[in-house]
Amino acid sequence: MSNRDINNSLAELQARYLEDVKIIGEEAQSALLALPHRLLDILEFLKTNESYQFNMLRNLTAVDYLEYIEVVYHLYSLPLRQAITVKTRCGMEDSQIPSATVIWPSANFQEREIYDLLGVRFTEHPDLRRILLRDEFDGHPLRKTYNIGNAGERR
Amino acid sequence: MEVNKLQTQEEQDNDLLQKNIILTSFDTVLKWARSNSLWPLSSGLACCAIEMMSAAAARFDLSRFGYEVFRASPRQADLLIVAGTVTWAMAGPLKRLYEQMPEPKYVIAMGSCANSGGPFADSYSVVPGVDKILPVDVYIPGCPPRPEALIHGMLELKRKIKNPEVARRKL
Amino acid sequence: MLKTETFTLNMGPQHPSTHGVLQVVLELDGETVVQAIPNMGYLHRGIEKLAESRTYAQFIPYTDRLDYVSSMGNNLGYCQTVEKMIGIKVPERAEYLRIIMTELNRIASHLIFMGSLAIDLGASTGMMFGFRSRERILDLFDMACGARQTYTYIRFGGVSADIPSEFIPALQRFLADFPAMLDEYHRLLTGNEILYHRLKNTGLISGQRALEIGLTGPALRASGVDYDIRKVEPYGIYDRFDFSVPLGQVGDCWDRYIVRMEEMKQSASIVTQALEQMPEGTVMATIPKVLKPPAGEVYHSIENPRGELGFYIVSDGGTNPYRLHVRRPSFINLQVLNETCQGLLIGDVVAVLATLDSLMGEVDC
Repeated sequence: MSNRDINNSLAELQARYLEDVKIIGEEAQSALLALPHRLLDILEFLKTNESYQFNMLRNLTAVDYLEYIEVVYHLYSLPLRQAITVKTRCGMEDSQIPSATVIWPSANFQEREIYDLLGVRFTEHPDLRRILLRDEFDGHPLRKTYNIGNAGERR
Repeated sequence: MEVNKLQTQEEQDNDLLQKNIILTSFDTVLKWARSNSLWPLSSGLACCAIEMMSAAAARFDLSRFGYEVFRASPRQADLLIVAGTVTWAMAGPLKRLYEQMPEPKYVIAMGSCANSGGPFADSYSVVPGVDKILPVDVYIPGCPPRPEALIHGMLELKRKIKNPEVARRKL
Repeated sequence: MLKTETFTLNMGPQHPSTHGVLQVVLELDGETVVQAIPNMGYLHRGIEKLAESRTYAQFIPYTDRLDYVSSMGNNLGYCQTVEKMIGIKVPERAEYLRIIMTELNRIASHLIFMGSLAIDLGASTGMMFGFRSRERILDLFDMACGARQTYTYIRFGGVSADIPSEFIPALQRFLADFPAMLDEYHRLLTGNEILYHRLKNTGLISGQRALEIGLTGPALRASGVDYDIRKVEPYGIYDRFDFSVPLGQVGDCWDRYIVRMEEMKQSASIVTQALEQMPEGTVMATIPKVLKPPAGEVYHSIENPRGELGFYIVSDGGTNPYRLHVRRPSFINLQVLNETCQGLLIGDVVAVLATLDSLMGEVDC
């Protein structure tokens, strides 16, 4: 999908959702930044609407930017061969983001991984518990404040 | 004219004995038997496990040495080849597997992750070397070690079993 | 008073058939599975966190160790992602070498799949056959880059070294022998009644469900969904090759097996075409010694033997990535395990696991 198409789509979505979304980034890196409370609406719209049809959740991950954590959704439309990036942000402590498992069940493990490694809680997730680390593990290693040096000999 | 000296009955018996009976100690026989048929536990953890499987496959053929009988159950194995990265999560199960093996048992640390943590030594979830949790008999370096290296390691273990003094440190 | 209750059986993490350190907690009603919950993390090495303390080039060997039987593909995905960030153009010869290596690696990976499927279902000589053919490919890799398993051959801007003169004749000999090998495996495995009855109609996943649950790779194509990134979003020079993408019909274990056997044939065809078209030239572009991609982010994905392998890199302009996330196909594919295994027998769980072909290095990262 060309950059022009992406920009058109993003502009349309901006017009539709007004102040709940913002376009960030330039050119190939542009993404739709949505507020958490509208996130599920937007994702549902992107999946079901005829002109978008983003039926695949390609990748779901999160990045720790020190002041906030940004959750990134990479969507792909197999019928229309186009891709889009949707993002949302949350605070470090009170990170309540609606779970996308109702829209794409493939978000299940990926959200658990984000919870495990970054500490983002997803509300309404069917089974939110650690997935890669043991349940007793203390802390969220992918956070910038987690110092690898702390993890030493452990019984 | 050559005269063949007839052997006395005693000399005949001696000859027979020398050709057909080996005198040795019980210990040596046990060591010979153990070292020639080590039964590894199929305990591959990561990438080195694939090279371990290649060593057991047709080209490098561990069975020429008697070591091809990989057992699924630790109760029937006497060699634990730690092939791959040991994480703190896996340390518990690995220790339990080792404890379930009957004596005499041996451990080979295969690959740099098992030797010392390898490229992941500074990670929050990796045990920096399996010798932090288990006593290791032979270390095989490599990332991953070639199957020939694994075979060499196992032959070193064979040598160690036959001559335990090889491993004793001078105090 | 008779009553029945379910029995919890633990499969793994040390188990000959779980393809690594995967723990599947089976809740059984007799021999029938009620729940099959995968527990992973026994090989979690913290690679994504380590990426933040390594330079971009230092991270290439770590990509080898993700999905350790398709290391060339992992290298390719990562290098292409960074090349996309910086805008590096790879020389033609290097592009062809990359294709040859990744497609040979696809064949090697599917041979391991075939071998472990056979041994898991009881046909232990199957593994010997699979590994025998794989050794031919590993010899080729050994010739090219000196390693049998974790190559780090594909680097930023091309490949690390040109192939030696004996590589192409050896490759041509392998390509000439491979159809006969594949035929032999078809006769032994595909024509085997026991294998057929164990795999046919076992572990059905519908196309719609497969898309929703995030399946990618041969498992998705076996359910009839035509999603192969090499065709849908060609990367490198894949658009210059003529190959077909095998699709299954019902999405059972048999289809997942047949799709991979067919893919091996297609990969051999791609390598043959690449050999014919490959030009002379350099194999590495001129790139700066210390790479500092401009601040920003990129997501790039490739078709690895297990599915869509994606790399999401966020750069802050420094020498180390700010955040590196690997979209791992085996991890996401495992989500389908529980629902697929419900109602099956324990032996079928082994078949489903083998045909989903998850590799724990990639699942746990």
